[in-house]
Amino acid sequence: MREFLEGSQAVAEAVKLCKPGVISAYPITPQTHIVEELAQMVADGELKSQFVNVESEHSAASVVLGGVATGVRSYSATSSQGLIYMSEVLFNIAGMRLPVILTCANRALSAPINIWNDQQDSVSLRDAGWVQFYVEDIQEAADFHFIAYRLGEDKSIMLPVMVCMDGFILTHGIETLDLPAQEEVDKFLPAYKPLYKLDPDNPLTMGPLVDPDYYMETRYAIQETHKDVLTLIPKITAEFSKVFGRNYNGLIEEYRTKDAERVIIAMGSVCGTIKEVVDELRSKGKKVGLLKIATYRPFPAEEICNVLRGVPKLAVLDRALSLGSLAPLASEIKAVFFGKKKTPKVISSFIVGLGGRDITKESIKEIFRLLNTKEKLGEFIDLKPELLKESYE
Amino acid sequence: MKEIRIHARAGQGAITTAALLGHAYFLKGIYAYAFPNFGAARMGAPMNAFVRVDTRPVRLRSQIYEPDYVIVVDATLLRGFNCFSGLKDNGIAIINQRQGIDIPKIKPTQKVYLVPANDIALKTIGRPLGNTALLGAYAAATDEFDLEALIGAISKRFSEKAKEANIEAVKLGYEYVRTTYSKTR
Repeated sequence: MREFLEGSQAVAEAVKLCKPGVISAYPITPQTHIVEELAQMVADGELKSQFVNVESEHSAASVVLGGVATGVRSYSATSSQGLIYMSEVLFNIAGMRLPVILTCANRALSAPINIWNDQQDSVSLRDAGWVQFYVEDIQEAADFHFIAYRLGEDKSIMLPVMVCMDGFILTHGIETLDLPAQEEVDKFLPAYKPLYKLDPDNPLTMGPLVDPDYYMETRYAIQETHKDVLTLIPKITAEFSKVFGRNYNGLIEEYRTKDAERVIIAMGSVCGTIKEVVDELRSKGKKVGLLKIATYRPFPAEEICNVLRGVPKLAVLDRALSLGSLAPLASEIKAVFFGKKKTPKVISSFIVGLGGRDITKESIKEIFRLLNTKEKLGEFIDLKPELLKESYE
Repeated sequence: MKEIRIHARAGQGAITTAALLGHAYFLKGIYAYAFPNFGAARMGAPMNAFVRVDTRPVRLRSQIYEPDYVIVVDATLLRGFNCFSGLKDNGIAIINQRQGIDIPKIKPTQKVYLVPANDIALKTIGRPLGNTALLGAYAAATDEFDLEALIGAISKRFSEKAKEANIEAVKLGYEYVRTTYSKTR
């Protein structure tokens, strides 16, 4: 049904349709509305689930770890400091091969304290073993939760999935979306049948001490499974389109890249703004395009290479940093093409929108302007030079 | 595409106003993206909410710098704050009227509607929350949608008692603009 919903409410409705048996979370802006909605649904008896109030994100993650470990579909959501506080447990969840689904409402990290949107929180956890989706709009935010459960719980995968949505822009934005009926979701997402679970009658141990004779193979196994994720996502999204009528590639999305001479690569809601600019510049005869990364982990390197190898100039847009080195997405895009025969001549890296700095059409046009023959390595866009003059001498 | 900027102080319902406005457009089959811009996250701090509407899905995610329409929920903001910044040449501003506040000079092609929205709200809702009266005024001043769409959005949002009072406020805001500004419209 077509509805006009806030992003957080849309996600809560989507999660409700997935029928998790355990929900645990600790409130943090801009994620709070999601779990508030879910708590209300549980209290009103609309959703049969155990909502566990906890004293911290570390505990919230531990509760959902326990939920899935006992064979129950589980859900949590967090943001920023909360995600970082969860991180110890998040690595454990992946290591134990437990398909927890978590929404990250993307927000900057302290210090200084900043409640606004960028993607430093989830990008910093790219190595945790979780699958990571980045969504562009509220429709995708809802839909990728169905895809996330379906993917994570697949017996050949058994990995946790994080759905990353830009804080405020999507969590607090209100727009039109299509919410599916329960029957449709049930058709696409069957009840969770765990491959293994904690059960007093059939005892087993999860995440025990593993000495050097065994540890490496467990990490190898996750690495190999991530390759399977890359093959499975397009199959799941094809089935998704049959049931719900919406088409996602799931790994990447090409927007007017076919004959493009300059392409921006980006993740999340900024892709909408980029599409507007691409259309505007195209109407003036400029051959520009966008490549959206929908799945950041596993990284769809081969797919990216296939569609962009013939494009002369690429601009990689990062909304996070790897302080002291090239920005995260930029360094991975560069790695995609290294050693390949036909590759882009220029791969420039741009940093935008940290801590909620607004990304306007002008910011995107500036990136296209700067995408010339001289390669940029981590050029900050919309920086205020007057704020950089202060000294403490 | 049309862009609307709402000026208020945190706690004065700018987000609800944006949500209702977006919903009214939604009910007319128009795509809307309503979103807040939080400032210092303190009660009373100046803040904005925005609505961007179009006949196709709205993709642009930036804030609104050159609005077609401006709604000022708290006129005291006009004392130190340029609520008209970037307002288009043929733009329209709807202001919650308040005594002792100077209205900035506008271009001859722009229009300002002063609406005693808080007085209307006191009469209808019983509290000085002029937001819905301003939305009624918006509908009359801009001709963007009819009252039916607005009443539909309010019915979806509020429960029985608040619903009736807010619908009444919307109607009075609408009528105020129709009668007071009948010549200038």
